[in-house]
Amino acid sequence: MATEDIAQGAQGLAEAARGLADQAQALAVQAQTATAVPAGEHGFFLTGLTVFVLACFVGYYVVWRVTPALHSPLMSVTNAISSVIVVGALIAAGPAVIGASSVLGALAVLLASVNIFGGFLVTRRMLAMYRKKS
Amino acid sequence: MTSLAVLAYLVAAVCFIMALRGLSSPVTSRMGNLYGMVGMAIAVATTLILLPQVRNYWLIVPAIAIGGGIGYVVAQRIQMTALPQLVAAFHSLVGLAAVCVAAAAFLDPAAYNIGTPGAIHVGSLIEMALGAAIGAITFTGSLVAFAKLQGLVSGKPLVFPMQHPLNAALGVVIILLIVWMCVGQSGAAFLLLILVALALGFLLILPIGGADMPVVVSMLNSYSGWAAAGIGFTLQNNLLIVTGALVGSSGAILSYIMCKGMNRSIINVILGGFGGEAASAAAGPAGDRAVKQGSAEDAAFVMKNARSVIIVPGYGMAVAQAQHALREMSDLLKKEGVEVRYAIHPVAGRMPGHMNVLLAEANVPYDEVFELEEINRDFAQADVAFVIGANDVTNPAAKSDPASPIYGMPILDVENAKTVLFVKRSMASGYAGVENELFFRDNTLMLFGDAKKMCEDVAKSLA
Repeated sequence: MATEDIAQGAQGLAEAARGLADQAQALAVQAQTATAVPAGEHGFFLTGLTVFVLACFVGYYVVWRVTPALHSPLMSVTNAISSVIVVGALIAAGPAVIGASSVLGALAVLLASVNIFGGFLVTRRMLAMYRKKS
Repeated sequence: MTSLAVLAYLVAAVCFIMALRGLSSPVTSRMGNLYGMVGMAIAVATTLILLPQVRNYWLIVPAIAIGGGIGYVVAQRIQMTALPQLVAAFHSLVGLAAVCVAAAAFLDPAAYNIGTPGAIHVGSLIEMALGAAIGAITFTGSLVAFAKLQGLVSGKPLVFPMQHPLNAALGVVIILLIVWMCVGQSGAAFLLLILVALALGFLLILPIGGADMPVVVSMLNSYSGWAAAGIGFTLQNNLLIVTGALVGSSGAILSYIMCKGMNRSIINVILGGFGGEAASAAAGPAGDRAVKQGSAEDAAFVMKNARSVIIVPGYGMAVAQAQHALREMSDLLKKEGVEVRYAIHPVAGRMPGHMNVLLAEANVPYDEVFELEEINRDFAQADVAFVIGANDVTNPAAKSDPASPIYGMPILDVENAKTVLFVKRSMASGYAGVENELFFRDNTLMLFGDAKKMCEDVAKSLA
């Protein structure tokens, strides 16, 4: 009698648990679709635009403070850091299977590397020459 | 992308901002450059190690090694006088790299999570099309600028009829091609877009003359930044967007400063043709008027007996590589107790800050070098203004003659000095093709000859 009750109770619990699990799964699916929407194309465009506009303002205020005597080094250092485009090139050159896009990526990596090394070194050479009255 | 990678990219972006911030003074500038290198190292290392898409290093390692090697050698060997063309050449590389990355993203969109071939998100297509178009314009535009600065082609503006309508038409074609590319996911449209943009970059820079190169070089600098930002949108990568925006606004500000230094609008510079035909026409009447001509000994005598000398260098000094001889001459003057300072016009030379770098190369301390606003009033108290290889930036016609093409341009008031010494190769007029009234004044002494040789001769007489 008691064992039968317990067995019935256990069966009930198992069913309830299964029901809960189903519900949880449904919720998880819902959550997944819910998060997938803002992570999509339009979501990033607005985030990116925000970052872009704010960075333009940062650039504006920082660059106005650069002394005119250093405008040449400013050009060569901005040129060097604009080769941060190498990040995109590395992604293109990196997939396990080599294809046309990885060759283009590798070419871009090469071009950007010339710029990175050349740009920073020539800036360093320039800046090393500026000295005060001894 | 993992959270760690996003954070690392953020650190790199902050490093780049600090790199620009460091340039506010020569003292902090070396630290700033170091920040830039660290930021770039973080960006590259993060991409190589933390991004799951990057799994194959067989192409990457040789590409970095070869490219880095070339960059290293070029940076070590380049002469400081060749700096403007080097910067132009570097800009072209960024432009071409942007085109390559955009094309790679078009061919293999899955690697960037922006769709599958033939079904790329429209937003991403627009972004990569813009990135590729700006990159292509930067590439060929910089090549033309390089060729002009290097002297491979004439620095004279190259104008032909219907030039501007043609460029405008090409601009419209680019927009139509972008629309076609988005509607049809068409690779042919993308290829055509790149070709038309390459042609446009070429045609845009051709009509712009040599002395307007400071504006062109800064403008291309700006473009290379916008191209990087465009690629950043495609890749949904904030680091590229931030950096692109920084570089883009930096170049834009420099172009603005250069245009203001010439009192011309950016449109006027871009449309080009400035100083072309006028230059040959104006050379005539100079012949019949008398100028006072002096020798190196005369110049040495005048300057030795002066209390204060202000030196005004221009592009002619760079061409003659006269900066070292000039510094030796001014050292001798200083030994005689003469106060020597340098006055730099914003558009002197072929790139922003060109004269400052050359003087720094010749060991001139930067606190003896002054900008136009800082020193212009001091010419009235100066005994001698020593103008070496500059012309238009000293021409008083900019203030007095509303008909002059340079009217309204801020100039260095060398006319207020007691004596003006002009080192020039000949009586030829400057870039703007305007005759300089100063040459014929009583207190002006013309020193005809090569700038470097003249400085050496003056130094010999002083010693």
